[in-house]
Amino acid sequence: MNIHEYQAKELFKSYGVAVPSGVVVDSAEDAGALISAKSGIFGGGTSVFAVKAQIHAGGRGKAGGVKIAKNMADIPAMVAGLLGKTLVTHQTGPEGRLVRKVWIEEGAVIAREFYLSLVLDRSSRRVSILASTEGGMEIEEVSATHPEKILTLSIDPEMGCKGFVGRRIASFLGLPVSLYNAFSTLLGNLYRFFTETDCMMVEINPLILTGDGRLLALDAKVSFDDNALYRQEKVLALRDLFEENELEIEASKHRLNYVKLDGSIACMVNGAGLAMATMDVIALAGGTPANFLDVGGGASKETVEQAFRILLGDPAVKGIFVNIFGGIVRCERIAGGIIAAAKDVKLHVPLVVRLQGTNAKEGREMLRESGLNLQVAEELFEGAEKIVLAVKGAK
Amino acid sequence: MSILVDRSTRVIVQGITGKEGSYHAMACREYGTLVLGGVTPGKGGTVHEGFPVWDSVRDAVDAVHPDVSLIFVPPPFAADAILEAADAGIGLIVCITEGIPVQDMMRVRRILDIRNEEGEEIRLIGPNCPGIITPDGAKIGIMPGYIHKRGRVGVVSRSGTLTYEAVWQLTQLGLGESTCVGIGGDPIRGLNFVDVLALFEKDPETEAVVMIGEIGGDDEEKAAAFARAHMTKPIIGFIAGLTAPPGRRMGHAGAIVSGGKGSARDKMKALESYGVIVVDNPSIIGQTVSQTLKNGNYRRTPTCHH
Repeated sequence: MNIHEYQAKELFKSYGVAVPSGVVVDSAEDAGALISAKSGIFGGGTSVFAVKAQIHAGGRGKAGGVKIAKNMADIPAMVAGLLGKTLVTHQTGPEGRLVRKVWIEEGAVIAREFYLSLVLDRSSRRVSILASTEGGMEIEEVSATHPEKILTLSIDPEMGCKGFVGRRIASFLGLPVSLYNAFSTLLGNLYRFFTETDCMMVEINPLILTGDGRLLALDAKVSFDDNALYRQEKVLALRDLFEENELEIEASKHRLNYVKLDGSIACMVNGAGLAMATMDVIALAGGTPANFLDVGGGASKETVEQAFRILLGDPAVKGIFVNIFGGIVRCERIAGGIIAAAKDVKLHVPLVVRLQGTNAKEGREMLRESGLNLQVAEELFEGAEKIVLAVKGAK
Repeated sequence: MSILVDRSTRVIVQGITGKEGSYHAMACREYGTLVLGGVTPGKGGTVHEGFPVWDSVRDAVDAVHPDVSLIFVPPPFAADAILEAADAGIGLIVCITEGIPVQDMMRVRRILDIRNEEGEEIRLIGPNCPGIITPDGAKIGIMPGYIHKRGRVGVVSRSGTLTYEAVWQLTQLGLGESTCVGIGGDPIRGLNFVDVLALFEKDPETEAVVMIGEIGGDDEEKAAAFARAHMTKPIIGFIAGLTAPPGRRMGHAGAIVSGGKGSARDKMKALESYGVIVVDNPSIIGQTVSQTLKNGNYRRTPTCHH
């Protein structure tokens, strides 16, 4: 799960990681009112402010989602300009993301900029810390052009993030010795935040050293482990459904694992690995997959019916390929579920059902005799070819 | 021969009185697995579906000396269950549970690694996996037993139903399987491709290995490098997720291309460059194995001689 920058900054603050003072608004009127009424928010000695669109995607700056106000009076107009705007960045896809909230924060005098991130690294099976002197740049780019400017360390979970780790990074970053302890404390706090809230990734780009010698997180990007949300109530409360696809939200309500893609052939499969392989085989047969959908082991009438409704909720879908490998659940029960669901949903696009595994023959027989307008397949590739052909024929 | 488990393997089930645990304990017993009972805290001393129940794994170990513990404990308690089994001296732990927090698994794996470095031998299969089966020997997991047939091919996979797909093809072609290991779809797990490949290489019954990977991480690449150095037996590989968009999680917690790393295309290239036979169509896994074995002179030459 991802959260907004302003939410991440509020969490940082509560863990003792310094961030610029700021306020989040969802209307230009609020911006005007809050700034004047709560002038206490902005106590620093600067008259420069950053006005930042809040969406779950990187690359906001280049897309025009971050403005600098030289004067407090300019802020409401900038907020008005951002709210309701659709930002297209390299991470949003061509459809972009609608801006519903704007974060206004105090500017800071930047002496130096750094990059700092913590990630749960599956390869080393530890929390890795990445630090770089090249703050404000894409870390992938730095890694490609100047790998020597990145220091990567991993933390033994049995030991934790001790003071020496912070001192080593501080030294690598060329911080003055007088700031080693401050940096170690900041890193220790971030590590505590990372482990206590079940993060997968925390990225500060840039972390700055201010003119008056403070370390400040100027940006904040955080993502959490979905598996751990059951024990992270405070984090879960930060979920923004507007940032998620409607069909995906609907699917998750029915415990279906659905990811919308850009193609035209929908698929419904039991098991995540087989679902991915089915998408691949659709492409191999000359089609384009419209989604990933794992209906799990059960594939009951209710599950299949819900799945059909979600698949048909995507107007780009021109055909449906159901691929079920019956293991514990027998194929004739699955066939029964598909027949009942297909009748209720009134399918208006071609349907190919591939059944294999336990009692597959009986299941396929039931489908053929159902009187429904569908094709039956035995093999995976055969099924994919049939649906690709059916969709082409229907055009 | 086979790897890790056979007819004489003694098994207990943690979470045996739960819905899943209960159902699969019976299904495993029906298959012929030596299921000696199970553990549910607070229900020690009772009998469930003919299985004796103990309060703790330690009690079960004292009573019946199991080799394997099969875990069906819900995600919030699963990490604790794995460590309980390890601490009680169980040598092979198979965890089916899906949805364990990754940081829990990070700590579990670290503790198991420390214990193994200190000389204990603890193996973990999973979590988020179908388990392990040696056909006609022992089924320790949730896979449908009847699609398997004892034979010549070892199978190792990060997936469940996609493995059944491959197994079914091997069975239909009469090749059969020596042992099938589902290593699981989570980003941090116990046994990896490398560990299982090493076991298959030593197993005289295994003549070829089917390896089913997917997007995310670099375990397939590590496996391919290992194979290049140490494997004489042919490996037939498939990687799921060629059409998966970057940054999106495909069902499994570990199935995600992130930061430009872990794509199916890169994995397939790496596998091929290390001499793994890669198929892009999962429907032809079985026939590719068959053809490879028919080509008499199929043995690989490892770069690193034992």
